[in-house]
Amino acid sequence: MIVFDRVNKYYGDFHVLKEINLTIKKGEVVVVIGPSGSGKSTLLRCINRLETISQGSLSINGLNVADKKTDINKLRRNIGMVFQHFHLYPHKTVLENIMLAPRKVLGQSEDEAKKIALKYLDKVGIGDKANSFPSQLSGGQQQRVAIARGLAMGPEIMLFDEPTSALDPEMIGEVLDVMKALAHEGMTMVVVTHEMGFAREVADRIVFMDEGRVLEEATPAEFYANPREERARLFLSRILNH
Amino acid sequence: MLDFSILTENLDMYLLGFKNTIMSSLVALISSLILGVLIAIMRIAPIKPLNWLGTAYVEFIRNIPLLIITFFFFLGLKLSGLYAGTLALTIYTSSFIAEAIRAGILSVPKGQMEAARSSGLTYGQAMRLVILPQAVKIVIPPLGNQFINLVKNSSILAVVAGLDLMYHGDLISSRTFVVFDVYIFVAAFYLILTIPLSFGVGYLEKRLAKSN
Ligand SMILES: Nc1ncnc2c1ncn2[C@@H]1O[C@H](COP(=O)(O)OP(=O)(O)OP(=O)(O)O)[C@@H](O)[C@H]1O
Ligand SMILES: [Mg+2]
Repeated sequence: MIVFDRVNKYYGDFHVLKEINLTIKKGEVVVVIGPSGSGKSTLLRCINRLETISQGSLSINGLNVADKKTDINKLRRNIGMVFQHFHLYPHKTVLENIMLAPRKVLGQSEDEAKKIALKYLDKVGIGDKANSFPSQLSGGQQQRVAIARGLAMGPEIMLFDEPTSALDPEMIGEVLDVMKALAHEGMTMVVVTHEMGFAREVADRIVFMDEGRVLEEATPAEFYANPREERARLFLSRILNH
Repeated sequence: MLDFSILTENLDMYLLGFKNTIMSSLVALISSLILGVLIAIMRIAPIKPLNWLGTAYVEFIRNIPLLIITFFFFLGLKLSGLYAGTLALTIYTSSFIAEAIRAGILSVPKGQMEAARSSGLTYGQAMRLVILPQAVKIVIPPLGNQFINLVKNSSILAVVAGLDLMYHGDLISSRTFVVFDVYIFVAAFYLILTIPLSFGVGYLEKRLAKSN
């Protein structure tokens, strides 16, 4: 459903994404890893057009993302995004954070949006925090709210950009558990993360990026046991001995 | 000692001037705020020609003296002093307000706009519902200063016979041949406007700080 076909992207002279070919099917969980600066975030952000591609084609459910005629807001309804630093709206309560887009974009009524918001808050395990402000929550709780906010739009695809990198170690588990549950329910997920446990347990595929290229695609079992690429080997040894 | 008979004997002139200064300042305040928001959004919207237009406006207007803008409307377009002065005040102040608001909007972390846009909100919705409410807190102190400056700058109307407080002060002074006392009372009337404004801004600032 997500198809990168020879996608290139430049920031000025800098070639960030090089000849990316990648197909992600419905219900697949793909984990993207690679060294810092290799273009993982950029790849992810092209999918919902937070970044535009320079060459090649990128389509979602057959719809060309780069096409000016594609209604980008309509496309984005269908793609939830979770960021490393949560980006919850600090002036709104947890409930208001989750209800905003369903109300304004999908045109849900107050009651309907609230019911759905509460459902997802329960799902991520913090139904009791509905009326708190983000600043009153721990990092792990904030990230779970961010996930609930994405889910409340009823998306087909969820994108995660290092969702646990900004968290204290004791909170990483609670966020990963929510993500695992989501994966088991068949959500299509593209996740940039170095959490190997998560990747092993739920990823269908690991995509290894380096210097703007997809160097290797493999199942987690294959990849972690025996990466084909020397660079992937180096990278793994570095994060393992870290 | 101050001669209070100056005030009591010319009270109706003082009050007329005071009223006109309030009217002119109020109109200029509201219009420059609206204009300032529009210019600020022009400067940061993701549309290049609008950015250029907004930048040109701000750089041009805030770098020429208010007096010249006033003369442009008064002598050039032959508006009455009151209108020319108020219009000039609006345009002049709007450039400073635009800059204050732009700085406030830019100080909201980039991720806020990205989170809002990625959930399907349009640029306008994201701006209105997510960015501006956060920018307001940051913008209130500099905005308050601009409003206080605006009230004081409204004395420019006197130069083009704009019937404001300063103009009436001049009038009283030339009639009574008193200078010092007349303008002390003029200053007192300005303070009646600016001090509450100053306190009001301080109060709002505190309340907004608490709500975070
Ligand atoms: N807006 C931008 N303008 C110019 N260069 C950029 C921009 N955004 C990212 N880059 C550069 O593109 C490269 C890839 O960035 P990207 O954020 O995709 O890497 P990443 O793999 O996500 O890295 P990390 O693991 O550090 O998050 C980096 O070298 C970065 O400096
Ligand atoms: Mg990144």
